[in-house]
Amino acid sequence: MIEGAIWRRWVFFYIPLALFLIFLLFPFYWMLITTFRPDGELYRPWRAANYTPFWTWNPTLDHIKYLFRETMFATWLWNTMFIATASTIISLICGVLAGYALARLNFPFAGSLGTGIFITYLVPQTLLFIPLSEIIRNYKLGDTPWSLILTYPTFLIPFCTWLMMGYFKAVPKELEECARIDGASRWQAMLYIIIPVAIPGILSAGIFAFTLSWNEFIYALVFLSSPEQKTVPVGVVSELIRGDVFFWGPLMAGALLGSIPVAIAYSFFVEHYVSGLTGSVKG
Amino acid sequence: MATVSIRGVHKRYDDFHAVKGVSLEIKDKEFVVLVGPSGCGKTTTLRMVAGLETITEGTILIGDTVVNELPPMDRDIAMVFQNYALYPHMSVYDNMAFGLKMRKFDKAEIKRRVTEAADILGIKDHLHRKPRQLSGGQRQRVALGRAIVRNPQVFLFDEPLSNLDAKLRVQMRVELKKLHQRLGTTAVYVTHDQVEAMTLGDRVVVMKDGLIQQVGEPLELYNHPANKYVGGFIGSPAMNFADVTIAQNGSGLIASNSAMNIGVPEHLAAPLGPHVGRPATFGIRPEDLRLADGSEPAHHTFEAVVEVAEQLGSEILLDVSCGPSSMVASVDPTVRVKPGEKIRLAFNPHRAHFFDGKTEMAVRG
Repeated sequence: MIEGAIWRRWVFFYIPLALFLIFLLFPFYWMLITTFRPDGELYRPWRAANYTPFWTWNPTLDHIKYLFRETMFATWLWNTMFIATASTIISLICGVLAGYALARLNFPFAGSLGTGIFITYLVPQTLLFIPLSEIIRNYKLGDTPWSLILTYPTFLIPFCTWLMMGYFKAVPKELEECARIDGASRWQAMLYIIIPVAIPGILSAGIFAFTLSWNEFIYALVFLSSPEQKTVPVGVVSELIRGDVFFWGPLMAGALLGSIPVAIAYSFFVEHYVSGLTGSVKG
Repeated sequence: MATVSIRGVHKRYDDFHAVKGVSLEIKDKEFVVLVGPSGCGKTTTLRMVAGLETITEGTILIGDTVVNELPPMDRDIAMVFQNYALYPHMSVYDNMAFGLKMRKFDKAEIKRRVTEAADILGIKDHLHRKPRQLSGGQRQRVALGRAIVRNPQVFLFDEPLSNLDAKLRVQMRVELKKLHQRLGTTAVYVTHDQVEAMTLGDRVVVMKDGLIQQVGEPLELYNHPANKYVGGFIGSPAMNFADVTIAQNGSGLIASNSAMNIGVPEHLAAPLGPHVGRPATFGIRPEDLRLADGSEPAHHTFEAVVEVAEQLGSEILLDVSCGPSSMVASVDPTVRVKPGEKIRLAFNPHRAHFFDGKTEMAVRG
């Protein structure tokens, strides 16, 4: 907290904080208000006498209805959910195991392998989609959910591995040693001790991986073509922007509904972020 | 219950020779303490006994079994770690029961053993709590409980009291000793605290630079240190040292430097004979020094200048300088001296030590 006179608190704390909040939250507010604004108001010229850009007196559900009736939004939602969940599970399993191995097992080149994995994460997807589309075509996976479920891990696994590696390194080595003296094999020590202790880290990795695949655009755009296979980000953009005509109402409704599952995932797990590690060791 | 034999054990890391040939026979039911400064190889030795480090060279036996290649779980040992290593997601009960569950004990037996151990350690009321809800001392007890429920052949302790505050450490030290007397399990205990080593150990092993310096009962180490290092390490305040040269003086020997000229006690004259003309180190413990009152022969006294007088109530510690060496003398609390004052200190000739100037080994009568 800022100490001293009240005006100092306002100038250095409340006002900057308020500006920051407005700056961050305005796009979300815009998305929300556009979703419920009737077309008549949306396309009203800004010089019109009754122009009210930041509020509406005639909220409507038309855009949401349009989304579900005239487009395949429900299918897109389901596709996105399925693809994001499947690729997150695959990446978490691989990432947790690889992170554990890199953090705990001594094998030659473990350090350089860890760095190598991180570097693959740095290769931009905008480059990687070109060779990947060749592979997808050769395996005849194009226009199926598997084209994404199998390609998302290319960036999710390095991400999860790196995150989990850091987390496992922070778990005291003695916990595992003690378990092994207590009679657990390496697998049992990992299963009963290390992984339960690392749950907050696994949840964080899972949420981030889920969000990354939920929002992914390039691969989904390139590998999927038929409308019934599309994911929310691609579907909304490709079906609701026709030429240079933007269907702002349904677009924003799609964006709003598309961000709800991610928001739910975050709020559901948020309390697990608070690390359960305190008090495990040291006095 | 079992013996532990460590025979010619080495540990080499890529570019570091941590343990350089340690041999030690630990008897059944014995409490052996490994003590030494950090980096002396004591923890590495313990971890090799536990099976947490591979043995580069040599053999370790627990009972009659060579355990070099056995994984930790098959060695029938229990270990208490410095940071307790309690499983944070499990209750105290589950922490203590984990080892038994892993070994497929039946539920009733697990319950009986955990309750009994909790009873001994006074943590019966905390069994349902999580480790983070406990104080440092309670966590330490849980860690001990986890070790004793298994009823292993050997207990291994890796500086278990280092994380506790001073008062609790003294209390837990006594409890550990009682626990060992009650259970009688063979124990190997690592610490860097010589007081802990002296009070807990049936035998104490002093280590330095990956080598054993001396093995013996606490008082044996205190009264007859094998070398200058052990002399200085065991005891608080530490033994005083002065570099001297041995010379012939009539029928006896004298040890002298720029500030002192003392007669070598008779029982050490013969073994010090070969050292005539060579440097040596004179060692004397603070409590074996007192203010000279004229009753002692002059050649068992030397002059010193008081620098600081530390009043401890039961005694006064005089920090004095004696030529090139500074010394500490523990004197009677009634003595009144001022800083800067010149005094004469007398030493107890029967408790004087001499160490070879080069090898630092004790010269014994």
